[in-house]
Amino acid sequence: MKYLSRLPALLLTALLAVPFTAMHTLPAAAQDITVGSKKFTESVILGEIIKFTMTGNDIETAHRRDLGGTRILWSALLKGDIDIYPEYTGTLRQELLKGTDTHTLPLLRAALAKQGIRMSAPLGFNNTYAIGVTKETAARYGLATISDLRRHADFSLGFSNEFLDRGDGWPALRTTYRLPQQNVRGLDHDLAYRGLESGAIDGIDVYTTDAEIAYYDLFLLQDDRNHFPVYDAVILYRADLAERVPGAAATLTRLEGTIDAARMSAMNGAVKLDKKSESAVAAAFVTDRLKIAATPSDSGFVARLWKSTRDHLVLVIISLGAAILFAVPLGILAARHDRVGQCILAVVGIIQTIPSLALFVFMIPLLGIGGPPAIVALFLYSLLPIVRNTHAGLRGIDSGIVESAAAIGLEPGASLRIVELPLAMRSIMAGIKTSAVINVGTATLGALIGAGGYGQPILTGIRLDDTALILEGAIPAAVLALAVQGVFELAERAVVPRGLRLKSNG
Amino acid sequence: MHLMFHLSDISKSYGPLFAVAHTTLDIPAGRTTALIGPSGCGKSTLLRLMNGLIAPDTGSVTFDGEAVTAANASSLRRRMGYVIQQGGLFPHMTARQNISVMARHTGWTAADTESRLQVLADLTRFPLDALARYPAELSGGQRQRVSLMRALMLDPDALLLDEPLGALDPMVRFDLQTELADIFKTLGKTVVLVTHDLFEAAHFASDIVLLRDGAVEQRASMDVLLSAPASTFVEKFVGAQRGLNGARGLNGEPGL
Repeated sequence: MKYLSRLPALLLTALLAVPFTAMHTLPAAAQDITVGSKKFTESVILGEIIKFTMTGNDIETAHRRDLGGTRILWSALLKGDIDIYPEYTGTLRQELLKGTDTHTLPLLRAALAKQGIRMSAPLGFNNTYAIGVTKETAARYGLATISDLRRHADFSLGFSNEFLDRGDGWPALRTTYRLPQQNVRGLDHDLAYRGLESGAIDGIDVYTTDAEIAYYDLFLLQDDRNHFPVYDAVILYRADLAERVPGAAATLTRLEGTIDAARMSAMNGAVKLDKKSESAVAAAFVTDRLKIAATPSDSGFVARLWKSTRDHLVLVIISLGAAILFAVPLGILAARHDRVGQCILAVVGIIQTIPSLALFVFMIPLLGIGGPPAIVALFLYSLLPIVRNTHAGLRGIDSGIVESAAAIGLEPGASLRIVELPLAMRSIMAGIKTSAVINVGTATLGALIGAGGYGQPILTGIRLDDTALILEGAIPAAVLALAVQGVFELAERAVVPRGLRLKSNG
Repeated sequence: MHLMFHLSDISKSYGPLFAVAHTTLDIPAGRTTALIGPSGCGKSTLLRLMNGLIAPDTGSVTFDGEAVTAANASSLRRRMGYVIQQGGLFPHMTARQNISVMARHTGWTAADTESRLQVLADLTRFPLDALARYPAELSGGQRQRVSLMRALMLDPDALLLDEPLGALDPMVRFDLQTELADIFKTLGKTVVLVTHDLFEAAHFASDIVLLRDGAVEQRASMDVLLSAPASTFVEKFVGAQRGLNGARGLNGEPGL
């Protein structure tokens, strides 16, 4: 029995101590307004500008930056996890409100109003899609328009994953222009420029305000069939914002018509090429253009590292702790009842086959963005190794030992507690260790849905082509994985009975 | 005669195979009864039916006048010690913990537990200092002694042993046979012993139940089995065992 009294005490202490202390310091709950931004530089800059404009008018505002793509932001806005985010009219028409007649601004506003969403007037720039190639490629193939691509079936294209799927993206572009290219790859937008420069791909999708267009001296193919719609930047906000925070909607109107394409492109360049922070660029803008005093909110290395460590630990510890508490009993159930066991193993096995990113995104409609959906997704991911090892550990016990436990008069529960679980402990601990390491790695994806953690610097680092920033997430994540493994190895020493570590002498 | 076990019209099949087929068997109290027969004759199944590890398909088992059911099996088993071939010791517990596991579970005081341990170690001639060892650190013979002590810890009314010496080498086995027979005599408990070795059975019991295909073929003493076999099967079984025993030159039963 002493083996048993040790295990829960050990695990519970570890599991409960950290998250509860960390929960107190979770960000943003007390703010009046939460602004969201997508995980590309322009969106983050606009998010910062909105934040500074609000705080300049004494409205407490938090900015959840670098959330994933359009769907994540839109769901979060509808659900109320965020109140405001910058969007583009083209995205609204082509993607979010597809199938509704929205070809004029009043119609677009009316369609949004039905969903409880309001829209500002355009901010002043159109950031549409274009197909970009290097000047050398344009010259070599004699390209001037997108129609010219029809003559080059072997032309290789690299598109952002969003562009590959969108209503006005590659499938529609291919149909409009009857393009023959087969060699089309999906890749991260920020990596695409590097692919283009290295010659790995011939053409990519670009946003027309991308600073890289000037930096890499790209040639944009003319959209001679007017395929790409207008992408005027606008600000979306929840209809209930007006009553919840008086003055918020009026404050937003100050941004209307203030940013032209050249200005946006310059701000993108200041961040991506001159390595200024989004916050500094946004602060400079509101000071200069709106005469609002703003202090860039850049945290230092230590503060950033501490925040991502704390966020990451919260994700890992809560999800893994819950998984242990849930999966061990499931494994026991599976070992005791054959039929039920097969069902349990099948279900947790199927969960494991769902791509991790998809699992995170599935959680958004149910749980919004931030920590909770990430924790649930990580929890589900952590089940299989623990359930399977618990099941295997119990089933692997010599039948004579289990029979003896019953034969000396131990009830089934007592047999489990006193005999079977201690004997299966090594296998159970191995399962927990596997889960823990997977969990620490997978938790980096949590940043995509606003859960923070070591994924945040990795995401931002990829976006800004900043290797140091990528390592700021990747190295601690690796260290944490090793540390977690070490902790469970120590725990294994404590909970795996000494008698099991002896070699038999015959 | 006081009956410790009464098995009435009992059957147990595994798929189409009958391990025990409509068998009725009484085990008298205070004596040793040996169940013997070739592999697959159902002798181990009978033992497991007695302590409720297996539920019968038909018929009933009573222990000391009380029907053995799924509900009361755990508490009745505390009155029946059980020893299997490999000992069935819990590898994560020391010898002492193995022996006293049920005493701890049923709330004995440490002093009661310790004094009972002393009595049992004395009875089985088990060295006290070896009580701190884990099963993996014990010899085969020592493990069976620990297993026997565990079975006797709660001072049960009956002792069920399934090939208790089957995994031991012949020298150890011979010594332990003699010791065990003495222990059984000292204790005066009801003992049911399963073995496939006729001479081992005769060593422990004058009441030998010879089983064939899940049914009792003949129940008698060794002498009667030798002089008046009930069937050619009995004759062949006895003959084969004598031949084997002669060739092995061990385990000789005086008086044969």
